[in-house]
Amino acid sequence: MIDTKDILETIRMIENENLDIRTVTMGISLLDCIDPDIDTACNKIYEKITRCAENLVPVCVEIERELGIPIINKRISVTPIAMILAACNEKNPVKFAYALEKAAQKVGVNFIGGYSALVGKGFAAGDRELIESIPEALSCTEHICSSVNIGSTKAGINLDAVALMGKVVKRAAELTADRNCIGAAKLVVFCNAPEDNPFMAGAFHGVGEADCVINVGVSGPGVVRAALHNSKDLDITGVSDLIKRTAFKITRMGQLVCHLASERLNVQAGIVDLSLAPTPAVGDSVAHILEEIGLESCGACGTTAALAMLNDAVKKGGVMASSRVGGLSGAFIPVTEDAGMIDAARSGALTIEKLEAMTAVCSVGLDMINIPGDTPDEVISAIIADEAAIGMINSKTTAVRVIPAIGKTVGDELSFGGLLGNGPVMKVNTYSPAKFIGRGGQIPAPIQSLKN
Amino acid sequence: MKAVITVVGKDTVGILAKVSTKCAEYNVNIAEVSQTILQGMFCMIMLGEVDSLQGSFGDFADALRDFGDSMNLKINVMHEDIFNSMHKI
Repeated sequence: MIDTKDILETIRMIENENLDIRTVTMGISLLDCIDPDIDTACNKIYEKITRCAENLVPVCVEIERELGIPIINKRISVTPIAMILAACNEKNPVKFAYALEKAAQKVGVNFIGGYSALVGKGFAAGDRELIESIPEALSCTEHICSSVNIGSTKAGINLDAVALMGKVVKRAAELTADRNCIGAAKLVVFCNAPEDNPFMAGAFHGVGEADCVINVGVSGPGVVRAALHNSKDLDITGVSDLIKRTAFKITRMGQLVCHLASERLNVQAGIVDLSLAPTPAVGDSVAHILEEIGLESCGACGTTAALAMLNDAVKKGGVMASSRVGGLSGAFIPVTEDAGMIDAARSGALTIEKLEAMTAVCSVGLDMINIPGDTPDEVISAIIADEAAIGMINSKTTAVRVIPAIGKTVGDELSFGGLLGNGPVMKVNTYSPAKFIGRGGQIPAPIQSLKN
Repeated sequence: MKAVITVVGKDTVGILAKVSTKCAEYNVNIAEVSQTILQGMFCMIMLGEVDSLQGSFGDFADALRDFGDSMNLKINVMHEDIFNSMHKI
């Protein structure tokens, strides 16, 4: 018989510690939908998505009921739309947004990602048009998420794209000011964007991927925190080992769900993303893990070191549990989606500068941070440039998802509801970087030796 | 293929019989049972063979959960795969 202790542990993790599968994301290639006529391309896209993902939601619900584990989100990621747009005679990308939205509603997914462009080394046909249309596309749809990759370790940073994205982020917030600036919460700017990421808002289906795959993102900050809480006297090596063991169990569940979903949908299994993805629910916070390790508040001196150990231990535990690992894999630190981060930001213990340091050792970047609505475009661009530089130099993915809170200032609150949460508007250094950002051009790719 | 059925609640007469009857309705054979009473709380774990299950696994799980709710019991039904994959290498 299966060990009683193991059975009770699993049930406790699910019922009391918010263990869940955060997302099952179907990646669909739209390369075979390319057509010079944009309306024909839109029809092909709608047809392909609704055909491939027809059973995605029912199969996930069936697996949920069978295993007794909640699958919170069912999502779709597609080929970056800028590539499809490149072939069209009519450059009106918002038509694609409507086609994606219609397909997402038809199959019943929570989000569809891939309204994206990859411009790390320059703009190709369609890229600029797509990027400029992002604010409108996000304001007139509900389910679409957008991302733009503006740099990489191999290519450097496209400063023209960085300058453009500052304006686009601001505009996305302005066009949705009546809905808590939600547009900016569905837009992420990457350096070294992964092509198999199942998490929103940054999910897209890379061109190197198979035609249709299933990627799974796991969660479980509450489980890690509870395990640490019950083992108080460990030294930091012991803490790391405990996190590894816990991450292993969490990831095994993701691997099982990935296997079952791909088998039942008759779709290739992609990757499992070994992530600690927090939610605003009490007890599901990455910040609380750091505090459990021994910090008075997330943001205190020592936060970066604790987070580095946590991020590394999650990967070490998870890698052995899954046959194919990918995506972002590590600890997420989205401020408004994490109860402990929200409290730390409100109390002033956590600042944007500290968050920037944390992004050098966590799995993503500056995520879900509310900034004053009057933050100049070039300051937003400079935040993106700083973050991209950390990713470029350290050969890791970094991202920026900041929400200019239109009409609000430091100390005010912005609430999105649901998994996106809520949080205070944080202070931003507004000394002007305008001349730097205005220079344009390409920050050259960094040297890969002489690492000091 | 087995289902792990956990039952927790205040101890009353006939819990085991009632849950077993419900399982029989779905053609689930009870392979193993482990049961304890902790300070008046009834805790039971059953392993049911679901190879000849009548209906879908999800329907069986929902039916037992609803049945548990009607008797003030917390009943979970989960596929054994989840425990095997989490706790065995």
